[in-house]
Amino acid sequence: MVCFYSKKTYICTRIQNKTAFFKPMSSKINTFRTFIVVLALFFSFLSSSLYSNTQEESPNTEEHHEATATAHDAKLKKEGVDISKVAFEHILDSHYWHFWGEGHDAVVAPLPIIIYSNNRGLQMFSSAKFEHGHASYNGYKLEEEVIISEDSNEKIYDLSITKNVTQMFISMGLLLWLFISIANAYKKTGITSAPTGKQSFFEPLIVFVRDDIAKENIGGKKYERFVPYLLTVFFLILINNVIGLIPISANLTGNIAFTLVLAVVTMIVTNVNASGAYWKHIFLPKPAALWLILMPIELVGVFSKPFALMIRLFANIAGGHIVVISLIGLIFIFESYAIAPVSIALTLFIDILECLVALLQAYIFTMLTALFIGSAMEDHSHGHEGTEGATEQH
Amino acid sequence: MNSLFILAGLLEPAIGLIFWTTLTFILLLILLGKFAWKPILNAIKTREEGIQKALSSADKALNDMRELQANNEKIMNQARSERDAMLKEARETKEAMINEAKQKAQADADRIMSTSREQIANEKNAAVADLKKQVAILSIEIAEKILKSELSNDEKQKALVSNLMKDVSLN
Repeated sequence: MVCFYSKKTYICTRIQNKTAFFKPMSSKINTFRTFIVVLALFFSFLSSSLYSNTQEESPNTEEHHEATATAHDAKLKKEGVDISKVAFEHILDSHYWHFWGEGHDAVVAPLPIIIYSNNRGLQMFSSAKFEHGHASYNGYKLEEEVIISEDSNEKIYDLSITKNVTQMFISMGLLLWLFISIANAYKKTGITSAPTGKQSFFEPLIVFVRDDIAKENIGGKKYERFVPYLLTVFFLILINNVIGLIPISANLTGNIAFTLVLAVVTMIVTNVNASGAYWKHIFLPKPAALWLILMPIELVGVFSKPFALMIRLFANIAGGHIVVISLIGLIFIFESYAIAPVSIALTLFIDILECLVALLQAYIFTMLTALFIGSAMEDHSHGHEGTEGATEQH
Repeated sequence: MNSLFILAGLLEPAIGLIFWTTLTFILLLILLGKFAWKPILNAIKTREEGIQKALSSADKALNDMRELQANNEKIMNQARSERDAMLKEARETKEAMINEAKQKAQADADRIMSTSREQIANEKNAAVADLKKQVAILSIEIAEKILKSELSNDEKQKALVSNLMKDVSLN
């Protein structure tokens, strides 16, 4: 038990040390964000539940302001502006790239649909064929962005190039162009000249990831092996966080599928490179008397760490987007231009905060990945006594 | 659009995005690893090593220079003390020489003085002797002349005799 806690405390302290600089700010951000997200979700669920009950009487309300809110919402429903729908259209993935406008004026780019079906094989066509869910094509129809087969026996896998996938390809192209041209700059100008342009902007970031993330958390000579992985994760998250801040772009890093893949890869990398001591710590935790309790806890820890990585990035980015859209939505909820300056000022503030969060979350994800790898690779053969001795002193 | 549906859409990972993300991520890992990170990290490392080397060699050069300077100082000091010693020695030699010369000169002078004094004495004695001789000669001559004149005629001779006789008689 002692050992279990000591290990956790150790990691916690390391994380705290790492984030000490950001801590006061990030905790404030998180509290504020959580508050706003809860508020936004409350309103959105309220309005969406109302959407299905528009014809009915307004639900029982305890408080006055709730009643006014529902009255507003009810009025909005009649005019067809559903903020939660708009918000979640922005947050969720889509088979179209919607730029601006509504209904017939909408500027929308259709994206390729790729379907793998168990009895019809691979099929590919444009999402324009669905006519925004109004038409079915080839026996498939699009319902709330989900492709459904009209044949109930058919099992399909939707491998479409969605909005998020498109943005991911764009970001991949950007990353490849950016860093290969930087690599070429090193080859061309040689190492004797000072870095210029892109090179001088990204070199500190690369060195930061190498020295302050990889070397610091993994340590020794072994860290060099993981630097390319950490750099890829860092810049992929960073670039998509930043692109996500542009209004018409997709919300890739705030999508759970994207963060899931990154977290799973981190889990694989961590466990493949784990030392014997790491496995011994999980399956034979000390003291042996508490084996029945500690072993499952340690085993859950193997999965809970990457799970936390997945949720943290997803929730932070998605939450930020919901906050921004909700604030803009205030204009439509209050149906007044007078609220616009407030709304814009708040949005500007949140957007600036999001710029920080974009960098911060990329950093935290990469840093925790490095920390997990580092702690899994740690050789406890001599460190174990030390940890126990330290806890005994406490 | 009901709320459960939204939650499901938000929290359920889509298979298509998982597939494409995995593919993209692995592709990125390979391509960036090979064509970007490797050359960039190598270049940064090489440059860092170069800077480190340059710094340490500059440090070494500085140390060498300091050492050289210290050495120079030492040599200078040595030369200075040597010079001082030489000067001191020269001064001593000079002093000694002067003293010796002085003593020698003194001795010479003394010797010369004594010989000259002796000589002077001799000369004086000789001169005195000569003078005496001359005076004797002169006296004889004068006496002769006086005698000659005194005894030139009889009367004078008589007068003289008488004079002498007078003296004699008085005795």
